[in-house]
Amino acid sequence: MDRLKDKVAVVTGGAVGIGLATARLFAEEGATVVVADLDKPEQEVDAPGLEYAELDVTDEDAWSRVVAEVVARHGRLDVLVNNAGVIDYAAIDAVTPEDWARVIGVDQTGVFLGMRAALGPMLAQGSGSIINLSSAWGVVGSEGVAAYQAAKGGVRGLTRNGAVTYACRGVRVNTVIPGWVTTPLTDAQPAEKNAEVIALTPLGYGAEPRDIAWGCVYLASDESRYVTGSELVIDGGLLAQ
Amino acid sequence: MDNLTGRVALVTGAAQGIGYAVATRLAEAGARVVATDVRDQSDLGEHIATRSHDVTSAARWAEVVGEAVAEHGRLDILVNNAGVSGYDQLHELPLAEWERIVAINQTGVLLGMQTALGPMRKQRSGAIVNISSICGATSVRGVAAYHSSKHAVLTMTKNAAVTYAREGIRANAVLPGWIRTPLTLGQTDDLNEAFLDATPMGAGGEPQDVAEAVCFLVSDRARFITGVDLPVDGGYLAR
Ligand SMILES: NC(=O)c1ccc[n+]([C@@H]2O[C@H](COP(=O)([O-])OP(=O)(O)OC[C@H]3O[C@@H](n4cnc5c(N)ncnc54)[C@H](O)[C@@H]3O)[C@@H](O)[C@H]2O)c1
Ligand SMILES: NC(=O)c1ccc[n+]([C@@H]2O[C@H](COP(=O)([O-])OP(=O)(O)OC[C@H]3O[C@@H](n4cnc5c(N)ncnc54)[C@H](O)[C@@H]3O)[C@@H](O)[C@H]2O)c1
Repeated sequence: MDRLKDKVAVVTGGAVGIGLATARLFAEEGATVVVADLDKPEQEVDAPGLEYAELDVTDEDAWSRVVAEVVARHGRLDVLVNNAGVIDYAAIDAVTPEDWARVIGVDQTGVFLGMRAALGPMLAQGSGSIINLSSAWGVVGSEGVAAYQAAKGGVRGLTRNGAVTYACRGVRVNTVIPGWVTTPLTDAQPAEKNAEVIALTPLGYGAEPRDIAWGCVYLASDESRYVTGSELVIDGGLLAQ
Repeated sequence: MDNLTGRVALVTGAAQGIGYAVATRLAEAGARVVATDVRDQSDLGEHIATRSHDVTSAARWAEVVGEAVAEHGRLDILVNNAGVSGYDQLHELPLAEWERIVAINQTGVLLGMQTALGPMRKQRSGAIVNISSICGATSVRGVAAYHSSKHAVLTMTKNAAVTYAREGIRANAVLPGWIRTPLTLGQTDDLNEAFLDATPMGAGGEPQDVAEAVCFLVSDRARFITGVDLPVDGGYLAR
């Protein structure tokens, strides 16, 4: 259990859901993990290797502060998982400018700001792995969810751009594309919407957050040192149809 | 990462290159590996069973899989890796050469999946990984039959994934970029340079890099992953 031994990682939106599962597995695999979320969670998971930082991913200055603190405390930053995300279900004709700005701000601009902040220490070290969470809804159309689809599509383009631009400087950038996963986000969705997506999933069930987290472990570890610009789809076959 | 303990795996084209690394990696992770090739495989070490096997022969597929199941009672993992390249451009590609490449790279994968699905469907579990190529998702000059066969491997993989998902069987494809093996070392310097120049990392990969991806995809840690294409290509396809 030392696939990430000696690595220092930041996981955004790590208080619950996919981010929490990823932070836990990273720590189990030997990494030091800084869980960065809006608020410190009510119940801090008391596992060795887990630390907490307050971060709004839309806040440029907060990113500088968090990354500087991580580097000051641990001397390096090896892995960034841009996982924090929000969703809005309105269609293009109905989405309000405020909701549009909020979703693009967190899901897309937040990823850009995170990459930019982490690239400082990663380029200086000459190594790093950045993992951005997109979604099956960043690939195929779904009714409504206009701002989310735009942002998640944008993340895929930004990932490829980062991968190609920094490949020769030791930094890898990959996208993870989950299908339906049991988390507070999907718990809050209408039951019919959830049932519809699971019915469309060839494996016939939804993922647990750990299923996504194992993909992040692979992409964070040196096992994937020749993998960059890829899109790791973890969706029970949804997009293969 | 001994997470394949008790699993039975069959890897084709395992005498050298990527197949050799995959067979060795799966065995290291605890799987009982049957390695097959048309070539001598005595380098593979005594803890890996070896079989002489031409992947274009349906009869030999039946024997090799039948023996594995007779001995171990099951077949959990199939890695269709055996493959050949061919560099002719379309206008000068002889029919016989087209048929040879398609038979190994494409029909060989079909026969492998068909045969392995027997025990896998009975068990209601199984993980298949087919080795395609960056040439399965994009185009370079020439290499016409190879392109076509490697594209076909991707669509066949997705078809199998969607068809057998409800029976607990997963199928995924790995797309290597330029990997240092006897295959690429036998290519012209010009061709190798062209591939590496187009690779954002500016360097080739090692067989081990592909083996790690395969080892992840066949493990239970990837139980929700099916029907995907996973490149191991130094960023080639992102460009
Ligand atoms: N659950 C799914 O089915 C699913 C499917 C595809 C993609 N995803 C993506 O995976 C990621 C995680 O999803 P989840 O289901 O675990 O979500 P979740 O809603 O359960 O958790 C998201 C976390 O992000 C945090 N967050 C939100 N805004 C933030 C901000 N501005 N700054 C910092 N943190 C912020 C929240 O506080 C929360 O802890 C998201 O990017 C989501 O879009 C989820
Ligand atoms: N090396 C690369 O850069 C690269 C890139 C993309 C894809 N690939 C694919 O990866 C796979 C392995 O490639 P490699 O580079 O290790 O090649 P390789 O030529 O070094 O090894 C291929 C092995 O397959 C065996 N083989 C050939 N025909 C066979 C048959 N009919 N039946 C059984 N075995 C047979 C060969 O004897 C050999 O041992 C191939 O499918 C290849 O197309 C390789």
